[in-house]
Order: sequence, then C-alpha cells, then structure tokens
Amino acid sequence: MSALLARGLTKRYGWADSLVRAVDAVDLEVPAGQTLAIMGPSGCGKSTLLHLLGGLQRPTEGELWVAGRRIDTMSERGLAKLRRHHIGLIFQSFHLMDELTAVENVEMAALLAGAAPRHARRRALDLLDEVGLADRATHLPSELSGGQRQRVAIARALTNEPQVVLADEPTGNLDSAATLEVLRLFETLRAAGQTLVVVTHDARIAAIADRVISMRDGAFADDSVFLSAAR
Amino acid sequence: MQDVVLAMLAKEPAHGYELRARVRDALGPLGESMNAGQIYVTLTRLTRAGLVVASHDDGLPDRPDRRVYDLTPAGRERVAAWITEVSWPKPDITEFHLKLVAAAAARLADPVDLVDAQRREVMRRIREAQRAALDRAVDPIAGLLLEGVVLRLRADLEWLEACERLWTGRKS
Repeated sequence: MSALLARGLTKRYGWADSLVRAVDAVDLEVPAGQTLAIMGPSGCGKSTLLHLLGGLQRPTEGELWVAGRRIDTMSERGLAKLRRHHIGLIFQSFHLMDELTAVENVEMAALLAGAAPRHARRRALDLLDEVGLADRATHLPSELSGGQRQRVAIARALTNEPQVVLADEPTGNLDSAATLEVLRLFETLRAAGQTLVVVTHDARIAAIADRVISMRDGAFADDSVFLSAAR
Repeated sequence: MQDVVLAMLAKEPAHGYELRARVRDALGPLGESMNAGQIYVTLTRLTRAGLVVASHDDGLPDRPDRRVYDLTPAGRERVAAWITEVSWPKPDITEFHLKLVAAAAARLADPVDLVDAQRREVMRRIREAQRAALDRAVDPIAGLLLEGVVLRLRADLEWLEACERLWTGRKS
C-alpha cells in the first residue's frame, strides 16, 4: 500500500494576474517505508506541497490519500484526527512549547491523541532516550541547543507511531554537527522502515534518501531513485 | 603524494607501512582505497632524489617493508617549503560549461537535460560522502575532510541550479 498518493494535486493562490500555482498538478506515490526528499529553491512550492500532504492546507484541486484515507474531501474534524494519529510533523523552527519541558512537549502529542498520562509519559521518556536526550527530559527548550530541540521535536513527531513523518527544512536552523545528529536519527528511522518525506534545500539529506525529487515552479522537474543497496 | 609522504616523515623516521597508516587514518573512509604499493614507489623515488634515506637492520635481508625511512636535510627543506606554499586546487567546471554552450549551439542535446543528469551525479556523490560522514566510527579529523568534500559538491549543485535557470530561459 502507498503511504501517500496524490493525483493532480494543485494549490493556487490569488486570482487573475496575481494567480500563483504553488503546487501545479503534482502526481506522487510514496510506498510505505520509502524515504523521499523533495528539493528545490525557496518559492518552488515544496513547503506548500508538504502542508497539503500533512492535511495542514487543502488542495484547490486533485485527490490525495494518506495512509489509505482520502483526505482532500475529509472534514476538518477528520483531518485533525488524522494529523494526531497518523502523521508526524517536523519543522525548521522546531515549534516546541517554550513553557513545557522536553518530556512534556513529547508526551503532549500522546495525551492529545487520548493516551493515558502514565502511558504517555513512559512513551515520551523512551523516545527521548532513543534520540539521545534521556538526560535532558526535564529541561525547557530554552535550555537546549538547536540540535537538541530538533531531536525533541522528532521524538514528538514519532509519539503516536505515525504512518507518515513529514519534515519541512529540518536542518535549516542547525549547524553542521547538529545536522549530522538529525541525519543519523533519520537514518535510524529509515532503517526501521518509517515512511519519511523531507522537503529541503539541503542536499545533505540525500545521505538518507531512497529517492530525491527536484521541484521547480510547483511541479516535479526531476526524479532520481537511488539503489537501496545502502539500506 | 611525494610532498605528503615527506611531510608524514617529518615527525620521526618510520617504516613504509607506518606512513601508509598515518595517511589512511587522516583520510578516514576516503583513505580505504589507497594501495600499499603506492607508498613504496613514492619512497623509492624520494630516495633516488636524495630527499629520503633508508636504513635496514643488520643481519636481515634488505626488503622495502623492513627499511626505516628518514628525511635528508634536502628533504626537510622541501617539507618546510611545501607546508607554507599557498596552492589550492581549481575546481574545473569549464568543460561542463562549454559542453552546455556547444550542446545548445549545435542542438546536440537540451542543456537542461544535461544539467539534470549532472545534478543526479553530484547528488549521488554527496550521498556517498555524507553517508560516510554519518558513521559514528569516523574520527573528527577524517570527518572534517568529508565535510569539505560535501561542501564543495553543494557549491557545484548551486551552480548547476544557476545553469538550469539560465538555460531554461533560453530554450523558448
């Protein structure tokens, strides 16, 4: 089964002379377990595409299935539920809650999805351990480095065992050592069979990608599939 | 290679295999393809040029791998000159640039297709070098070399994007 399937996916903004085709009739199929990187310059539509795939924005046209569910026609309620249970999101600026500790940020995702507090806490601590931050669980985001914050955000994205993890410029705010740590984590996810879509202009992402798509003006310009021999 | 071997000898006299290990360690994953013979060929040339002297233990048959190599005064001077010399490899993108110009002029191929193919090749190399850098066993010094390799390739990628923008405009 495809983790993601899009047919003629389109997002337009504005009208007439100011019409912008941010995403222009994109066809995309991401098999479960694939790690896909979508690369392109800023303004090429890659972030908008990711937002559509994550149910954060609605397409103007086209059909979209995520984890086997058609979402372009889904109600807001249904979308919110889908995002909570089946999609993990990672952003350039981490989007952690400043007043919550690392473990509280991570467990929040499980609590919102209806997990029992004790179960949520245990899961959050396990995940922080997996991302190498067991000893930072009670730190506030302001007490963590950028790389550590992004690792907390990755742990949070994994909390509900999502079928798809989507990342928007995950290394955009990180120095090279922190980028290396994030890439190592993604490699672990890849090896574990996690479906992962990363949009970025950072070519280092190729290290963990099974496939790299180049995007220009809202459409796919090139598609390279690497041999998965490295897996 | 000659200058590198000489400089590796500057610390103390060494066997050929020790020199090879020093170079290989400093290169990390990129040094794995280095062959053993290369060092001995270089050492033989350096000995002939009077930059290195070889000695071997008395009583044992003389073989390259038993010899201990040391710098001569001329060798030391050459190392000192090399260390302070400001040379820097020029990345050669001229040929690819001319390929695009020729392809467009004679309609041999669509320059944008050539750029796409080249980008795939550069991405493949970035992938390879960055994957090597992900290995936690790579020490920080060897990792620095991989970081430099990746940075240069990313610059190539950026230039290919500029090529694509220009040639996409020229097509129509």
